This record gives sequence, C-alpha cells and structure tokens, in this order.
Amino acid sequence: MSRHKLLSSRINATVAALAILFLYLPIVTLVVLSFNDNDLTTIWTTVSVKWYLAVLQNGDILRATKNSLMVACAATFFATCMATLAALGMVRISRGPRVLLEGLLGLPLLVPEIVTAVALLILFVLIGFPLGLTSVTVAHTVFCIPFAYYPIKSRLAALDQSLLEAASDLYASPRRRFFRVELPLLSSGICAGALLAFISSLGDFVITYFVAGPGATTLPIYIFSLIRLGVTPEVNALSAIFLLASIVMISIAFVLLQSISEQKKPGGSA
Amino acid sequence: MNEQRLRNLTLLSPAVLFLAAFILAPLLLMLYVSVLERGPFGGVVWGSHTGIAYQKLLYERDLLGRLSFNSDYIAIFARSCRLAAMTTLITFLIALPTALYMSTLSRKQAAWILFLVTIPFWTNLLVRNFAWILILRGGGVLDTFMQWTGWVTQPLDILYTPLATGIGLTYSFLPFMILPIYVALERIDPSVIEAAFDLGANRLRVLQRVVLPLAMPGIIGGAILVFVPCLGAYVSPELLGGGKSLMIGNLVQAQFGASRNWPFGAALGIVLVLALLLVMAMAALANQHKKRVSR
Repeated sequence: MSRHKLLSSRINATVAALAILFLYLPIVTLVVLSFNDNDLTTIWTTVSVKWYLAVLQNGDILRATKNSLMVACAATFFATCMATLAALGMVRISRGPRVLLEGLLGLPLLVPEIVTAVALLILFVLIGFPLGLTSVTVAHTVFCIPFAYYPIKSRLAALDQSLLEAASDLYASPRRRFFRVELPLLSSGICAGALLAFISSLGDFVITYFVAGPGATTLPIYIFSLIRLGVTPEVNALSAIFLLASIVMISIAFVLLQSISEQKKPGGSA
Repeated sequence: MNEQRLRNLTLLSPAVLFLAAFILAPLLLMLYVSVLERGPFGGVVWGSHTGIAYQKLLYERDLLGRLSFNSDYIAIFARSCRLAAMTTLITFLIALPTALYMSTLSRKQAAWILFLVTIPFWTNLLVRNFAWILILRGGGVLDTFMQWTGWVTQPLDILYTPLATGIGLTYSFLPFMILPIYVALERIDPSVIEAAFDLGANRLRVLQRVVLPLAMPGIIGGAILVFVPCLGAYVSPELLGGGKSLMIGNLVQAQFGASRNWPFGAALGIVLVLALLLVMAMAALANQHKKRVSR
C-alpha cells in the first residue's frame, strides 16, 4: 500500500532525484577517473588499469592495508564480544540505571570525533601507553562498541521469548539453552553489528590520526598523506578499491538488518 | 532476583569498565589538562592550576606581558558555527522534499532509496571529501564541464574556500538529515493527512499545519545529527577549505601538532563540548515545548 500518496508532488520527486545524484556523482566521478590513463587525473585520455596495478605493487599501501585489517579485526572482535555481553546484561534492568548505562555505551557516538581523539591522546601519553597499533586498536574498540551494540540490542528485542521457554521446558540447561538456542538466534544481529564495527574501524581517520605513532600507518592515514602531497592518480585507484569494498560490506550488513526487521513482524520469527 | 543482578553485572562489566577507562576517564582528564600550564616542550606541568588556556580564547599577551583583546579564536568559533548552521539548513532543505517523496512510495521502494542514501555514509569520509577535490579544483571536473557547456569560461576557483568546505560538509552529513525526517514522516497516520485535505486545506497548508508539526521530532533529531559533527569537523575544512576557512577541529589539531599547547587544545575541546551540550539542551526544550503545545 502506498502511504502518504496525497503528499506526492513533482517538486519533491525532482529534489529526491537530485539528492541521490548529488550523493553518487562524486563517487562515480572518482571511480571513472581511476581508470584514466593520463597522469593529470582530470584530463581524460584512454581507459587503463595501470593505476590499479601500481596500487597492488606499492609496498607501503600493502603494509598500510595489513595494518588497517589487523586493527579492524582486533577492534571488531573485542567490541563485538563486549557489546554482545552488554546487550544480554541489559535485559531486565530497571529504568534509572539503564538510561545511565545506555548513555555510557552511546557516548563514543555522541562526543565529536576530534574531542575523543584528543582526550585519548592525552590519556595515552600521560599514562605512558606507547602510541602504535595497540593504542589504535584500543581507540577503535571504543567507537566500535556502540556500532556493534545497537543491532545486537534490536535483534535481542525482536527475539521470540517462547523459543527460550520451550528450550527450558525441554530440559535444556541454561548453558545449553544459551549456546544452542539464544546465540544462534542472535547471530544475524551479531554479524550485522560486527560488520558495522569493522567498516567504521577500517574507515576511521580522525581518531587514528591522533593516536597512531609513526609506525602505525593505516590505510586512511596513508591516503591522507598522499592527498596532502598532491593529487596522484594512484589515490583515485586506491580510493575506488576502498569505496567498492565498503559498499559490498554495507550491502551485506543491510541484508542482515533487513532480515532482523522482518523477523520482528508477527508470524515472521525464524 | 539477586542472582539475576549478579548475572547482569558480570555481563555488563567488560563494556562498562572499558568505556569508563577509555572514554569517560579521558574526557575528565582532558577537562583537568585544560586548567594546567603548558610544559616547556609540549605536555603539561602537573599541579599548576591556572585559567590561562581559557584566557587565551579571548586575550593575547604581547611581548611586554600586557593583555589585549584578541578576536582571532572567536572568529574561528563564529565561522564554525556559521558553517555548521548553514550546512544544517541546506541539508534540511534537501532532506525534507526527499523524505516526503520517500513517504509517498511503497515500503519496499522506500527501503531501496533508504539503502541508496545510507551507502555513502558508510564509505570512507576521507575518500568522499577527496572526490570533491577532483571535482572542484581548478581545471577539475566542474571547470571542464562548465567550459564544455559554454556557460562559464573562467575557472570557478571554488576549492580552498569556505564554499568548498560547506559543500563537503553538506555532502558528508546529508544522510543524517534524511533518515530521521523520513522515520518521523513514516509514523504519521495517513488518515490525518487525508482528513486535512477533506476539510479543504490546500497542499501548502497541510504541510505547514499538519505534516511539519508532526515531523518536528525527526527534524530536530536530524538537525542535531548534522550540526554536532559539523561543528567539530576536521576532514572537510582540512582538505577542501584551505587556510582561510579553518574550523574549531583544525584549531584543536594544531595545538597537538605544531603549536604544542595541550592545555589550550584541551580547553578548545571543552568549549566545543559545552557549545554542543547547549545546542542539544535547546533542542530538547524545543521538543518539550512542542509537545506541550500540541496537547
């Protein structure tokens, strides 16, 4: 059923189309220019993949990618574990403490990135925590927790309680019930949360820029230094790869989240 | 019941302790550092309590040690607020018609557009702003296009101006405005709108008297989601703005880089957080006022 049909107007449709165009034009431009053979990056000559080959042969880029993946995997793992436990622990907590706890879990998204970055840098330097991949991982875990927490929480809220009761009625021990019933049911939420955490860790620039020492160059830091040095076509190719990888990951997360919202509808629980 | 509490406590403690140690404690530490004296080679002098970092926001000390009023930092704050407010307004003007259009579609079609709107948000911020360098720079995509159409023959010289920063910010945060407004519109009962039309209201009046008031929580939510990251933005002004449109974020970064004035950087961060808290409190009040009026 179409909903606010009465409000439909040509102007709104036009603006919506322009908004989508505005959102995708730069992305498309970037991808198209990354296939340009010319060094001058905006003067089009012929189609070429030579910048992609250059990216794949650049040792610095491969090292930065490895750093980024290592940090993102570690931060995602720690954040998802803590977020899953926290979501399970938030069940049946009275309203007062719940507001406080939810506030703390959401705090990393509320505080401006630059402030979190500065505050963490001050902490690390003053307690003598060495700046490097470990400090970056800790910092990423901080803002990955809320990204992982919200999808898990919404999946938990959509969980059909009668399934858990049925498991208990069938003499499943609490431990068995958790691992054989509850955790598999939560898995779509956990996967979506982990993916969102992974994407945001992989893409983070501001916080990493502050807390990474000289040896901990991640992909966004490397891209930033390339942009600072002047626009080279290699950045286009690298950025295009980065863009497409995030689009694939977010599409998977979206499908998972979609399945959660379908499970919420009555009669649709898996 | 006690067992349940113990279970909850155990499950919650890793995340809570971790965030207490690595977000709450750092913020408090930053507050403390902002009232310390700067060390001679960066860092801070412990136990030296002073308001000098906050004084620096308004006054500068000349070579003879006299204080005089300095409007440089106020100007940067004012520019940041102006850019953030303009961005919020422009994203609103784009997002409202877009969200209205989405609310006329079927749920499935709307979900697709929602997906299209969300994707750019999840792609790397740096990469998205970099794409605008390619478009806006002299001899870039926009110039080439304009010269091809023959509308403009001179280079537009948009890159490294506040306008470029504004475009970058609008681009970065537009999805944050569309999503909450759409969610709010979706919650409106279609029969209410139908009733307004039946009672002879025209389209503009329905929008003004029925749809906008009912969508107000979404609009306020979107405004906060755009304004907050805009005010603390670092990437867009750094890449697109050039020297003349520095924002608070760049000023903060400079204190931890070249300037080595940690207390001042921390004080700037605290002022930024206070400004945002003020905006959020105002939004919350506006929301409550609306609720009271509509009752």
